[in-house]
Amino acid sequence: MSYITYQQAAKQAIIEEMRSDHRVFVMGEDIQVYAYADVMEEFGPERIRNTPISEIGFFGAGIGAALTGMRPIIEGGFSTFLYSAMDQVVNQAAKSRYMFGGQASVQLVIRLNVSYATSSAAHHSDRPWGLFAQVPGLKIIVPSTPYDAKGLLKSAMRDGNPVLCFDDSTLLSSSGEVPDRDYTIPLGAAEIKRAGTDLTIVTLAATVGHSLTAAQMLAGDGISVEVLDVRTVVPLDRRTILDSVTRTGRLVVVDVAPRMCGFASEVAATVAEEAFQHLKAPILRITAPDVPVPFSPDLERLMYPTPERIHAAVRKLYMKWGRSARRDLDLYHDSGERQLPDGNASSLP
Amino acid sequence: MHAPPRREFADMATRVTGAEEMIPSRAKLCEMFRRMLRVRAFEESASKLIAEAKLPGVLHNCIGQEATVVGACMALRDDDYMTGNHRSHGHPIAKGVSLAPLMAELFGKSTGVCRGKGGSMHLAAFAAGSLGESGIVGSLMPVAVGAGLSARLRDTDQVCLCFFGDGAANCGPFHESLNLAAIWKLPVVFLCENNGYALYTPQAQSTSVAHIAQRASAYGIPGAILDGQDVLAVYSGVMAAVLRAREGGGPSLVESKTYRYCEHYEAGGPANPPIYRSEHEIAAWRARDPIRLFAAHLQSSAAIGEREIEAITSEVLAEVDEAVAFAEQSAAPNPSALFEDVFT
Repeated sequence: MSYITYQQAAKQAIIEEMRSDHRVFVMGEDIQVYAYADVMEEFGPERIRNTPISEIGFFGAGIGAALTGMRPIIEGGFSTFLYSAMDQVVNQAAKSRYMFGGQASVQLVIRLNVSYATSSAAHHSDRPWGLFAQVPGLKIIVPSTPYDAKGLLKSAMRDGNPVLCFDDSTLLSSSGEVPDRDYTIPLGAAEIKRAGTDLTIVTLAATVGHSLTAAQMLAGDGISVEVLDVRTVVPLDRRTILDSVTRTGRLVVVDVAPRMCGFASEVAATVAEEAFQHLKAPILRITAPDVPVPFSPDLERLMYPTPERIHAAVRKLYMKWGRSARRDLDLYHDSGERQLPDGNASSLP
Repeated sequence: MHAPPRREFADMATRVTGAEEMIPSRAKLCEMFRRMLRVRAFEESASKLIAEAKLPGVLHNCIGQEATVVGACMALRDDDYMTGNHRSHGHPIAKGVSLAPLMAELFGKSTGVCRGKGGSMHLAAFAAGSLGESGIVGSLMPVAVGAGLSARLRDTDQVCLCFFGDGAANCGPFHESLNLAAIWKLPVVFLCENNGYALYTPQAQSTSVAHIAQRASAYGIPGAILDGQDVLAVYSGVMAAVLRAREGGGPSLVESKTYRYCEHYEAGGPANPPIYRSEHEIAAWRARDPIRLFAAHLQSSAAIGEREIEAITSEVLAEVDEAVAFAEQSAAPNPSALFEDVFT
């Protein structure tokens, strides 16, 4: 067991896999002198390949190598660079197996730095897991801890399908206990991070931590919150989500991504369709608003769910729909607060 | 006007003198002729079937381009890779894939080479090294680079042949793929089937150079321009590039000047193509029909006699009829197939 950062844990997963499987190699911009400089001597420039700034080229090359028996890892850099290679990822990586009737297997992992809250403005800041969840054939992992980063990445590398690994940049330097041994975390298995009885928060990435902090604050208000980290967006562990909401009767989904057709919408719709009879309150989404990420920190800091915002929004919901609240719809609809569960105002202070 | 190639184009091919593979054996000549006929007969049959609304979707036929498609593939080994494009049928046929599962794929049947999931534009036969065709222009060029990279990392001497059209030469993946293959010196042969038109737009209107192969110099790799109607010129030109790649010499850009007689695509119902090329131009290219040219060459060089040509022709026609019958008699995909093969 070592106490290491998320970034170190993720790299450990890749290095261990490179040692045990000669088909694994890494491609990316500047990786020989930057992220992998310390293992160049061990693996050499053939297996740790610097690429030109050429996302179509080297993402596609990763696909071609995977189709012919290799197991490439692409260090894609900022998640927004993924859009430069959109055709390769969506039309080739995701569809080849299906379109070619099962002949193809694209065992490819693409790691992406999901940068935001860094005043990098819209070209370097996005949270696109929802966008790519709309593409059948891609798996999507979004680890929230160093332990999960290593375990999920190992599963991703052995999965046999194209997997996008979205690394929340606000977590890269966070630390935690990580076993030195080989272990995997199955894709599609959510984790209950905190048990509770009154309300379920479903979330992922950095907002797992924020939600746990909020849950602690809510405990002080007498509200028992269950926090569920989905860990992978595709496959989505609907069973664990539904089981939790069936027990608590209330659902809040927290996500730093935009609202429209996003991860939060999918979770909300799943619960509305399949656990409606268990709901004691309207479903609430706490997300970023549907705007590009602005440069000014004064504007950007308004966008994302924080422990305080999650606490305030859940508390407000619970006051209307909690154990002792009146539950008639008239009260809710006449309150002038129908903006609460929808509309971007809900994620603002 | 997209002009028929001048004779000297063929001589511009990089040649590896003395290599045994450069001179096709008699058996190989027969096989070339057979595969060219297969491509044409398969597509003429498919063309008829779609006009009768017996095939779903649309077809992009390559009739007229058979010498390019077959000459290039015959320069490959069975374990070499190949990627293609939307004008797709010729590539796997030329790589040696049997006709029945290809025809069944055009019908969308369960016995299709892609189990009815890909259709005409997305044929693939991995066992034969065909890594797929693509409906997106230029999209498989980087994938071909990856197949070359894989061969190098696995320390094999396999080569990847990457078919693309003149239209693809103007899109981003072309540039990124040639640059990447060049800096990594990968065993990839980029083969441009230049039929003069990107859909209905003539090359002169869309392309900054007269010959796509001129662009090779921008990447520091060899370029060659071939007479795409002469199967032996294509074979020897591509073979030179393949041998170079196999020996670690890196990628080449080979341009084969050719022509499609048919329209950009064919679908059921009356054809109503825009007017974009002259009857005179089509006639000039038909006058150098690749199959007729090759048949004449085979007879004049006494490699294959008329009787043998007739025998091959009737065998191929029977093969196509059998493929159609196989496809028609095959079952539609089971509804459960809808959900199969999204993931491993």
